[in-house]
Amino acid sequence: MSEARDQILARVRGAIAQTPRPAAAPRAYRRADPRGQAELIEQFCERVGDYRAEVQRVRADRVADAIRTAAQRHRAQRLAVAPGLPQRWTAGCGLQLVPDDGLAVRELDTLDGVISGASVAIAETGTIVLSGAPHEGRRLLSLVPDLHICVVEHQQVVGLLPQALERLHGAVSDERRPLTFISGPSATSDIELQRVEGVHGPRRLVVIVTQEPS
Amino acid sequence: MRAPGESFPAAAHHELANPQLRANLANATTTIRTKRARVVEELPDWQALRDAGSAIKADVMANLDTYLLEFEAALTAAGATVHWARDGAEACAVVAQVARAHGAQEVVKVKSLATDEIELNRSLAQEGIHALETDFAELILQLDGDWSSHILVPAIHRNRTEIRDLFRRTIAPGIESDEPAVLAEAARLHLRERFLEAKVGVSGANFGVARTGTLCVVESEGNGRMCTTLPPVLVTIIGIEKLVPTLADLEVFLQLLPRSATGERMNPYTSLWTGVSDGDGPQELHVVLLDNGRTRVLADEIGRQALHCIRCSACLNVCPVYSRTGGHAYGSVYPGPIGAILTPQLIGIENAPSLPFASSLCGACYEVCPVKIDIPRVLLHLRARAVDTVGGRGERSAMRAAAWVFARGSRLRAAQRLGRIAQRLLLSGGVIRRLPPPLSAWTRTRDLRPLAPRGFVEERGERE
Amino acid sequence: MRIGLFATCVADAMFPAAARATATLLERLGHQVVVPREQGCCGQMHINAGHPHDARALAQRFIRTYGEFDAVVSPSSSCVGAIRDLYPNVLGLEAEVLSRTLELSEFLVHRLGVEDVGARFPHRVTYHPTCHSLRVARVGDAPLRLLRSVRELELLELPQATECCGFGGTFSIKNAETSSAILLDKCAAVQRSGAEFCAALDGSCLLQIGGGLSRAGSAVRTIHLAEILVSR
Repeated sequence: MSEARDQILARVRGAIAQTPRPAAAPRAYRRADPRGQAELIEQFCERVGDYRAEVQRVRADRVADAIRTAAQRHRAQRLAVAPGLPQRWTAGCGLQLVPDDGLAVRELDTLDGVISGASVAIAETGTIVLSGAPHEGRRLLSLVPDLHICVVEHQQVVGLLPQALERLHGAVSDERRPLTFISGPSATSDIELQRVEGVHGPRRLVVIVTQEPS
Repeated sequence: MRAPGESFPAAAHHELANPQLRANLANATTTIRTKRARVVEELPDWQALRDAGSAIKADVMANLDTYLLEFEAALTAAGATVHWARDGAEACAVVAQVARAHGAQEVVKVKSLATDEIELNRSLAQEGIHALETDFAELILQLDGDWSSHILVPAIHRNRTEIRDLFRRTIAPGIESDEPAVLAEAARLHLRERFLEAKVGVSGANFGVARTGTLCVVESEGNGRMCTTLPPVLVTIIGIEKLVPTLADLEVFLQLLPRSATGERMNPYTSLWTGVSDGDGPQELHVVLLDNGRTRVLADEIGRQALHCIRCSACLNVCPVYSRTGGHAYGSVYPGPIGAILTPQLIGIENAPSLPFASSLCGACYEVCPVKIDIPRVLLHLRARAVDTVGGRGERSAMRAAAWVFARGSRLRAAQRLGRIAQRLLLSGGVIRRLPPPLSAWTRTRDLRPLAPRGFVEERGERE
Repeated sequence: MRIGLFATCVADAMFPAAARATATLLERLGHQVVVPREQGCCGQMHINAGHPHDARALAQRFIRTYGEFDAVVSPSSSCVGAIRDLYPNVLGLEAEVLSRTLELSEFLVHRLGVEDVGARFPHRVTYHPTCHSLRVARVGDAPLRLLRSVRELELLELPQATECCGFGGTFSIKNAETSSAILLDKCAAVQRSGAEFCAALDGSCLLQIGGGLSRAGSAVRTIHLAEILVSR
C-alpha cells in the first residue's frame, strides 16, 4: 500500500494513542413521531409549500388528471418519465411521454419536464427522497429538465428525518443506491441573501400527494 | 485578503475602512441569524441533537484510524478508487492525473472548502487544466479574481450591482437588471453547456459514512448534483475528519447542518452516493482522503475539537468581530471564530499567531455551534501556545509583573496609589483622554474612567 | 450567612461605589459581609491573554482567601465566570469555594430568592446584558427581575441587547479598531433606547461603553446594577 496511506494512519494512531474511548453518543432526540398519517400529510404539504413548490393532494385514482393540469399550467408538453413509473399515474393524461430508456443527457435537456415517484417524504422538513428505484429513475432525470412533477404516495410520508433514513437504510447499505433529498426547487441565496428559486436544478417542483394508500 | 505575514489587526484595519463592506455584512449576518434562530426554536430536541452531534464526532476522532480503514474498504468494494494525500500537493496531483487520463481540459467543480484550502484551481491551472467553479457565488469570485469571505456565502461582501457589472463585463454582456433572479438565470445559461460537456467532476463532501463508503454533499443550487452525476468521472476530495460511523448518524447532522447554515428546515438538495451505480451517474469514482495538517490538529487534545466542525458558518454570523471585519481579514479559507482556531492549527501557530486573539471571547460562537465546539476554550489554549511560540519578551515581562502586583492586596493597593498620582497629569474634565502607547490604542476612540480617589478595599478591607 | 465580598480589581479601583453598594445590599438583607484585605485579581486577564502560568498564583490566592466563607459574592459576572469556569477547565484547579462564588444578581435571585430589594430609582434605564453574564456565569434574567422590582424605574429595551460591547480584555488594545467598531454600534443602540442610564453588572464592559459614550459626548451615563439596587 502507498506510503502516504501508511504515514497518515501512523500519524492518526500517534495522535489518538492516549485518547480514552468516549462513551456512546446520547440519542435523546426524537426518532419516532406519535402523530397520525393525516396530520403528517397536512404538515408535509404545508412545508413543501413554504419552499414555494406547488403541492396538490388528490385521490389515488386522480393522479393522471393532476399531472395533466400541472403540466398544462407550466406549458409542458414533452415529459420524460421514470422507466418504472406506474402506468395508472399517466394513463390518459394526454401528454407526450418519453420513457427514460437511457436517454442521452442532451435529449433530456430538450424536454419540458419529468415525472417521477419517490421513496419516502418527510413531513417536518417538507422533503422528498428519491432512491434510484425504477419508479424514480436515474439521478439526472430529476435534475436536467426544468420542471419536476413528483408523485408521493400517502403511506410514504413519515414525520421525521431519522424515520426516513431508517426506511432507506437497506437501499443504501445492501443495494448501494444513490439518495437524493429534495426540499423545494433549486435555489440560491448568494446575492444579498435573497432567496431565488431556480439555478441549475429544476426551477419548478410540483408535488402530488395521494390522499389514501394505493 | 490578509497579505502573507500580515497580522489580523493590520488586515482588519483595511477592511474596517470600507463602509460598503460593513453595511453589506451587517445586513447579511443579521438576516441569516434571524432565520437560523427561527428554525432552531422550532425543534424541541435541538439541544439533544447537539449533544449527539458532539459525541459522534468525539467518537470519530478517538477511533479515526479504524473508521478510515472501514471507509476505504467499503469504497473499494463499491467500485471506487481510494487515494491518500498527506498534503495539498498530493491531492492536487491525483485530480490532475485523472483529468489528464481522460483528456479533460476543464473540470467542473462543486463548491468545496477542502479544494480551496489546497488551492486546487491554481495547481490545475499550472497543468493547463481549467477548474470551473459552478456554485453561483464561487463563479462570481472566480470571474473577478476575488476571494471567498464566508464559508457558506462566499460573496457575502458583494452586492447585486457589483455582481451585475461584473457579469456585464464577463458572461452576460447585455445584462441590464441587477435582480438576483435575472443574475441567477445568467449563471444558469452560462454553465448549462459546460455541465453537459464535462468529462470530469470534482467535489468535496460534507460527510463520508465509514460503514458503507457513502459520500454526502449538501447544497442548494443543483450544481452539486450536476457535477456529481453528469460527468462520467468524479473525483471527491474529503478531509479525513469528515467521517461519521454509520448511515444512521447522518440523521443527526442532516438536521443540524441546514438549520445552522442557511436557516432552512432543509437545504434544497442533499445527495448521497455509494461508489459507482450501474447506468446512473459517473462510472469512475476517485476518492481522495486528505490530511494536510489534520493529523497535527488531532494530536492536540484540546484543539482537536476544531475538527468536529461541519462548516455551517453559524459562528461567523453571530461573531461581533467577523460581522465587522468580514472574512478577508482572517487570511484563510476558514474565517471567523472557527477559522481563528482551525487555521493556526492547520498551518502552525507560528504562521498565524494573531488569529487566536481576534476575538472578544463573547462566547456567542459556542452557543450556536451545532456540534458544541467550545471555541472560546480553544482560543485560550491557542493564545497560550502563541505566547509560548512567538510571544514578545516585553509582553511576557509586563504580564509577569502584573501578576506579581495583582497577587497581593498590599501590592495592588500600592500600585493604585501610584496610579492615582500618575493620572493627575492625564486627567481632563474628569476622564483620561490620552494615554501613551500601547494604551493609546484605547484612548484613540474611547475616554478612560480614572481610578477613584479611594479604592473600596482600602476603605473597608479587613485583615482575615 | 457569612459572605466574603470579592470586589475585583476593576471595581475596587474604578467602581468602588459598586462594591460598596454590594456590601450594603447584602448587609441590609441581614448577612455578615467581610472584605478581605488580601484580595487581589482573579487572574482572568492573564488566562485570556495567553499567560495561564502567571494566573495560577492569583487563582490559588483567591481560593486561600475565600475558602472559609459560606458564600463569595462579587459585582462582576466576568470574574465569577473566570473563577467557576476557567479555574477548573484551564488551570486544572478544583475547590469547593468555586461553586459557592456567585455574582451579585444570581446570588440575590437564585440563591436568596429575593427580587425586590426595596430600591427606588426614578430614571429611565436600559440594561446591557454582558456576554459573560449570559454565556459563562449564566445569570439568566436575574438582573432584569431585580430591575423590574425597582420603584419608579422605567426599564427601556436595548436594541440588539445581547450583542457584545467589544471590550474583551486585552482585545480592546490588541484589536483596538475592531473593538471600537463593535463599541460604536453598542453606543448607538444605547442612544436609541432613550435611556438616561445604561446599566450592566461588569465594570469592564461599563468601562468600554462609558468610554465610548463619553468620547461621543453623549449625556447617557453608565451605572453598575448594584448602585441602582442600593438607591432609595
